[in-house]
Amino acid sequence: MSAALKRKGQLSSRIEEFKAKSGADKRRAIVDLLFNNAMYIIIVIAIIYIAIQVPAFLSTSSIINIISLTAAKLPIALGIGGAIVLTGTDISAGRCVGLTACISAALLQMTGYTNKIFPDLEVMPLWIVLLAVIAVGAAVGLVNGFFVAKFKLHPFIVTLSTQLIVYGLILMFLMIGDNNGQTLSGLDASYTEFVKGTLFRIDGVAVPKYVLYAIILTVIMWIVWNKTKFGKNMFAVGSNEEAANVSGVNVFWTIVIVFVIAGAMYGITGFIEGARIASCSANTGLNYESDAIAACVIGGVSFVGGTGKISGIVIGVFLLQIIFVGLNFLSVDQNLLYVIKGMIILVACAIDMRKYLARK
Amino acid sequence: MSKKEKTIEHVRQENEQPVLLRMENIEKTFPGVKALDKVNLTVKAGTVHALMGENGAGKSTLMKCLFGVYSKDSGKIFLEGKEINFKNSREALENGVAMVHQELNQALKRNVMDNVWLGRFPTVAKGIPITSEKKMYQATKEIFEKLEINVDPKTVMSRMPVSQRQMVEIAKAVSYNSKIIVFDEPTSSLTEEEVEHLFKIIRMLRDQGCGIIYISHKMAEILRISDEVTIMRDGKWITTREAAGLTTDEIIKHMVGRELTNLYPPKTNEIGDVLLDVKELTALCSKLRDVSFSARRGEILGVAGLDGSGRTELLENIFGVATRKSGKLFLDGKQIRNRNSRESIKNGFALLTEERRATGIFSILNIRENATISSLKKCRFGPFLSKQKMKKSTDWCIESMRIKTPNQETKIRSLSGGNQQKVILGRWLLTEPTVLLLDEPTRGIDVGAKYEIYELIINLAAKGKTVIMVSSEMAELLGVCDRILVMSGGRLAGEVNAATTSQEEIMALAAKYA
Repeated sequence: MSAALKRKGQLSSRIEEFKAKSGADKRRAIVDLLFNNAMYIIIVIAIIYIAIQVPAFLSTSSIINIISLTAAKLPIALGIGGAIVLTGTDISAGRCVGLTACISAALLQMTGYTNKIFPDLEVMPLWIVLLAVIAVGAAVGLVNGFFVAKFKLHPFIVTLSTQLIVYGLILMFLMIGDNNGQTLSGLDASYTEFVKGTLFRIDGVAVPKYVLYAIILTVIMWIVWNKTKFGKNMFAVGSNEEAANVSGVNVFWTIVIVFVIAGAMYGITGFIEGARIASCSANTGLNYESDAIAACVIGGVSFVGGTGKISGIVIGVFLLQIIFVGLNFLSVDQNLLYVIKGMIILVACAIDMRKYLARK
Repeated sequence: MSKKEKTIEHVRQENEQPVLLRMENIEKTFPGVKALDKVNLTVKAGTVHALMGENGAGKSTLMKCLFGVYSKDSGKIFLEGKEINFKNSREALENGVAMVHQELNQALKRNVMDNVWLGRFPTVAKGIPITSEKKMYQATKEIFEKLEINVDPKTVMSRMPVSQRQMVEIAKAVSYNSKIIVFDEPTSSLTEEEVEHLFKIIRMLRDQGCGIIYISHKMAEILRISDEVTIMRDGKWITTREAAGLTTDEIIKHMVGRELTNLYPPKTNEIGDVLLDVKELTALCSKLRDVSFSARRGEILGVAGLDGSGRTELLENIFGVATRKSGKLFLDGKQIRNRNSRESIKNGFALLTEERRATGIFSILNIRENATISSLKKCRFGPFLSKQKMKKSTDWCIESMRIKTPNQETKIRSLSGGNQQKVILGRWLLTEPTVLLLDEPTRGIDVGAKYEIYELIINLAAKGKTVIMVSSEMAELLGVCDRILVMSGGRLAGEVNAATTSQEEIMALAAKYA
């Protein structure tokens, strides 16, 4: 309650501040306000436009579809967000999701399925598979984090390398036994039910269980970012590594753990993705990182480092999915979608950096 | 030698406070340089111990050895009689040795209390890894109240002026309940009033029994605040004396190793007719407004004012690296525009920037590349660059500036601050400027090298060039300049004749609109 009052007070004082400004300064303040929120403004306009063109866009099933897609893409963005707070990035994310999705699917194919990659394997307990893929993701994260923290390599170059390595591993994994690179499908019902099963229904439209998992992960990550020493250290390292170091923060482990957590998130995403797509191939997860990075930037996790909020990431992923679904509703060409995605990332980053440019 | 021993004996008898920190025969060698040669430092409880010496004398290396940033080659460090050997700053902090860093090391995007408790965030309860904002807030409030610092712990660092950030940094060092606190040039960004506040805090800590190590170049400060003074030169311990009997001249003598009879070279410049006219200059993005003045040929025009009074912005606006909102510039009666640095250089302007390391040198490039970067046009050979011409230009710089360097291929970062500054000055002279804008030309430079820079400045003026020089050191402005403009709160507060004015008059003007 008091927080709300305080916020109201801040707002009114800002309005007072604004009123005190001269004509030219007022104009500048308005332009700044528009630019700083340009991404949201553009997206709101887009939503209104699409909803007018195709009213079905705002139907219950469409909205639940958007929420489900958001939930599916959220964990990966929560992971990458940490790397961006450290002024880094992680382009190995998509391939990590691909690898962990393939592993999950391979270990959880139903018994008696003809194209089984491990023909003699019983269906494994879900929790063992989940822990295994989290461990695989975390291991890739550990490698990323180690090279970034120990040798001060730019995360771009480290994750570019691990991305290639992981892709090679996916291809090799899919060649095991008689599989010969085929897609993995025929998943066990328990797996599919655990991920895609109905959580509850709204107007008869099912909300899948992975929405719940995404919410749990979001809450956990919110606590980690805001309420733990590690989280505060992460922001400090992202804001000023040297300051963190002289204050006694273990910069090395902070960086490593950020990447390990990111890797674990890719593992969980892979586990969910394996069942959600239900047929995993070498291309599963391709370019997922670009969506995640775009979502983070739209949500205010800035590449200048040290700033960002979990709520921003959630909003970022959500808005991005709205745009993609909306463009589908408008029957925009699939190839054009890539062009639009690229432009969104470019504009979002430019608008974000504009806030931090020291103007002279 | 015997004199030195006598002084130590003297100090021992006088001061019977227990010894808190003793550093004995500390040695540290870097490839090719003996940075510390058997250095001693003894700090007693309840005293302020000033550590003095020119840049490169080894003060910060000594402190880095104390904090474990560097590992010493030999020698011993005792804290309250126990031998210690910290491996990193965390260990030092945990054992009650804290430091206020010269270059602010802060996470600017985080708030005040996040910065104060960085590295040791309090948790909700023991064993639970959840941090407690409430505890942080209250503890920060308590410290700030004790130190009379008026800052909301939840303010984001980047929204505060540098001086307040400095106070937060000081509060942070105090909050470790340290026995030893090192202040490394703490007053460089503080106003007079804030310096008084800082001294009050230091005296309070001293009276509580802390040992304070105070590193500063400002003689007046040292003599006011410190009980003992240790002077270092070229990595060696020179002397440790009681501050009470010391004079500025004596300190300088020990620091430089010779008598400096004149701090400022004789003035040989003759003032001619008006060259530059600045009319009602107002900046678009800073608070600089309505600044009008003129500068003559052969004149050294000083610009005084507090930090943030618009001194740097004035030079940047004239040079065109900051955007003007309104105002006109006239060179020799003709209007010029100076819309960007290239146009300004063509018009005969040169800007020596304030932060040498950040905006002056290209640290990983060599001296030749650093010296010729602004005048590459003159080194052209058809569409290519002529190495011969570049060499010749650089040779001219090294000779006329008396730059001490093994050769032209030496990386500029391995030179001392004074020599780096000479290279940058040489870079600008190669563009054959008529108006030199110098922003803190002697910041972070030794006393000896400062003299040489002054000589260069006066010689340039004697050749008919106009020099506009910003400086925080009032004595330097009075010693070198002909006329001094005083800035205050982005406006021109007044103009004084350097020969007849006083520091008090300038300070009064500097506070006019602040």
